[in-house]
Amino acid sequence: MTDLTRRGFVASAAAAATAGVIAKPAIAQSAWPNRPVTVVVPWGAGGGTDATARIVSSILEKNLGQPFNVVNRTGGSGVVGHSAIATAAPDGYTIGMITVEITMMHHQGLTDLKHSSYTPLALMNEDPPGVQVKADGPFKDIKQLADFIKANPGKLKASGTGQGGIWHLALVGWLNAMGLKADAVPWVPSNGAAPAMQDLAAGGIDLVTCSVPEGKAMIDAGRARSLAIMAAQRNPLFPDVPTLNETLGINYSVGAWRGIAGPKGMPADVAAKLTAELKKAYDSNEFKDFMKARGFGTVWAPAQEFDAFMAKGDASMASAMKAAGLAKS
Amino acid sequence: MLDTLFEGFRLVFQTDVLIAIIGASIYGLVVGSLPGLSATMATALLVPVTFYMSPIAAVATIIAASAMAIFSGDIPGCLLRIPGTPASAAYTDEAFAMTKKGEAETALGICLWFSALGGIIGTISLIVMAPLLAEMAFKFSTFEYFWLAFLGLMCATLVARSSPPKAIAAMFLGLLVSCVGIENPAGTPRFTFGMTDLLGGIEVIPVLVGVFAVAEIMRGMALKDPPKIPHRKFGSILKGQWELTKTHKPQQVRGNIVGIIIGVLPGAGADMAAWVSYAMAKRFSKTPEKFGTGHPEGLIEAGASNNASLASGWVPSLLFGIPGDTITAIAIGVLYMKGLNPGPTLFTEKASSMYALYIIFIIANIIMIPLGIMMIRASSTVLRLPRYTVMSVIVLLCAVGSFATGNNLFLVVLVAIFGVIGYVMEKNGYPVAALVLGVVMGTMVEQSFVTSLIKSDGSIIPFFSRPVAAVLAAMTFAALLWPAVVWLMKKRRAALEPAAR
Repeated sequence: MTDLTRRGFVASAAAAATAGVIAKPAIAQSAWPNRPVTVVVPWGAGGGTDATARIVSSILEKNLGQPFNVVNRTGGSGVVGHSAIATAAPDGYTIGMITVEITMMHHQGLTDLKHSSYTPLALMNEDPPGVQVKADGPFKDIKQLADFIKANPGKLKASGTGQGGIWHLALVGWLNAMGLKADAVPWVPSNGAAPAMQDLAAGGIDLVTCSVPEGKAMIDAGRARSLAIMAAQRNPLFPDVPTLNETLGINYSVGAWRGIAGPKGMPADVAAKLTAELKKAYDSNEFKDFMKARGFGTVWAPAQEFDAFMAKGDASMASAMKAAGLAKS
Repeated sequence: MLDTLFEGFRLVFQTDVLIAIIGASIYGLVVGSLPGLSATMATALLVPVTFYMSPIAAVATIIAASAMAIFSGDIPGCLLRIPGTPASAAYTDEAFAMTKKGEAETALGICLWFSALGGIIGTISLIVMAPLLAEMAFKFSTFEYFWLAFLGLMCATLVARSSPPKAIAAMFLGLLVSCVGIENPAGTPRFTFGMTDLLGGIEVIPVLVGVFAVAEIMRGMALKDPPKIPHRKFGSILKGQWELTKTHKPQQVRGNIVGIIIGVLPGAGADMAAWVSYAMAKRFSKTPEKFGTGHPEGLIEAGASNNASLASGWVPSLLFGIPGDTITAIAIGVLYMKGLNPGPTLFTEKASSMYALYIIFIIANIIMIPLGIMMIRASSTVLRLPRYTVMSVIVLLCAVGSFATGNNLFLVVLVAIFGVIGYVMEKNGYPVAALVLGVVMGTMVEQSFVTSLIKSDGSIIPFFSRPVAAVLAAMTFAALLWPAVVWLMKKRRAALEPAAR
């Protein structure tokens, strides 16, 4: 019985492989895309990455006339989905949304995948971290907070995501830029930005380094205050929040980003067409309105620039993770 | 005030909104009743659909689908001992025991009737006390959550009908399962054996589907004669519910209050509400020995509780954008997308939208009754079908459902593994419900304990010095010491009795 099924499986696998071989030249001949495209999302349905991937896919679908099916491949803290994109056939029919974690996970020794395992297509979103404190707390501006941290290392506690998550590294990077060690503000791991903001209001922690949009509801409710953002420019949606550079003279910026990429070795013409289509999608009002409604930042970088952006991010993550004692080697 | 209320009604009684409510209700009923597809999953799958809807219709979709899914998770639990959603796991054995006694319609009627009542009372709490309840949530830091989760774990010995040591052992196994993965406070991979799939940890859904559904199917295969379930027509589903409503007032009040409180707390949702309420029903019952034999008390309390928590879970979401549970976490995304940004301004500037939201909640809980009756009638045919046909379809649904949660074949393998574990446990008298409880609570216990210690620089004093934490700690120790006190008193009485004779 087992033999039979196994043989059946091998036979069907072989059949599928032959079909693939026969189908391939056909694809190369006719213009891409002539069948549905799969868009892999490494994170769960209903989240921010999922929502962004779905809006982009729906625009591509409308413009290219082929279905772009979003598939959530969750698990392994993002590793499963990211490797599903990297190991797919590089024919342009499987692409995916990769996230900042791709520049972090390999430093931790969780996977061998890094940004060079992909064909970068376009960077579409980046959200810089902010520094949020309790509204009725003692800190009125970022300088006051920075001075207090310098004078009392280890006294304040911060949160915003899990241990070694993007907002944790943002904090470590900022402390390093001020010449402080990572333990000047111990990190309290949380299940994301929202529970951290709640704990901030409950008095459990002193600062939260999540993005400003993530803390917006609590700021509007008068429970929290955003002192600064770690970005090159102010966010037009939050014009009153200054950057670190203009307040402390620290030119440190980092962010959680999302971009579209395919497996390494995609045909150059398909990649170029996708990048052009993604640019169209990025410029559409539909995308702009959606991102504004969610409070997500929009950034555009085509293939080459996206690659350079990831390489730079990878290097700065390496040093931040080493400083936080999270890097494997 | 009255104007905004009328405006709210006008917003709800639009064709597209009403179609959305009915469509989402039917969808929620079907998805919730399939093992492995939880209410959260049902909601998440609706998000892309809401892209194309008006704001009120989009929110109506989420509310209706999640409320129906939580109720309809009770249906397979009652008929086949396979809970449809984690929120039903606490009282599945009880409901199935009633079915075996030939009281399936009463059991399902209880689930339906008290779910609807709980949902409506939860909504009223949302309307009347939203700011007050939100303020309460702000008293909860990780110190308080630790005690809450610890109390939740202690329910293991109460909900199980086996010996307490076996229940505790099963719960510890659940805690061990929750240790797997990288999602722990230290962010270090544990028990992953170098497997990428284990990095994300073992979720509740595959465990639940495995130990309940797959193990049940294995038991069915092992039995020569399937247990006789009386072949007869279903009686009236709502018959006798009014009497039960009148005779079980304390259970309802307790169930609703516990549900509302747990729902408001971020991170604790309908599953925890059901566990705690079932355990409380047993603890305060005059006839605790009847629990597990098909006794309505626990069903009433827990069924009311999980639906009440659903409505109150929206309080922190609407006021501060903080999700009360996984369903509202998804709903917040939809609210932002539709320009109904959570925050106190939602209650002032967009008051009519808020009223519309309340009205949708109440409509959803009212139409739950007729739609639920239809669903129960349709699904009750599974009791008349030959066991082997039902079971093979369930195996298929388990595989599809668990695959769908992450599009990952590993989850299907996990379901099979936990099926075997569940079968062996049940065979030896270890309650699988306690294992599920351990998996549900494990992460919360660890996370809240470790992060609390980081905050206090290793001191345990804040666990007792914060006012709310102190109350919860006292409750925990009272519950821990109670059995010892009872034992001592019995011993004393036993020692006194011969002397008196």
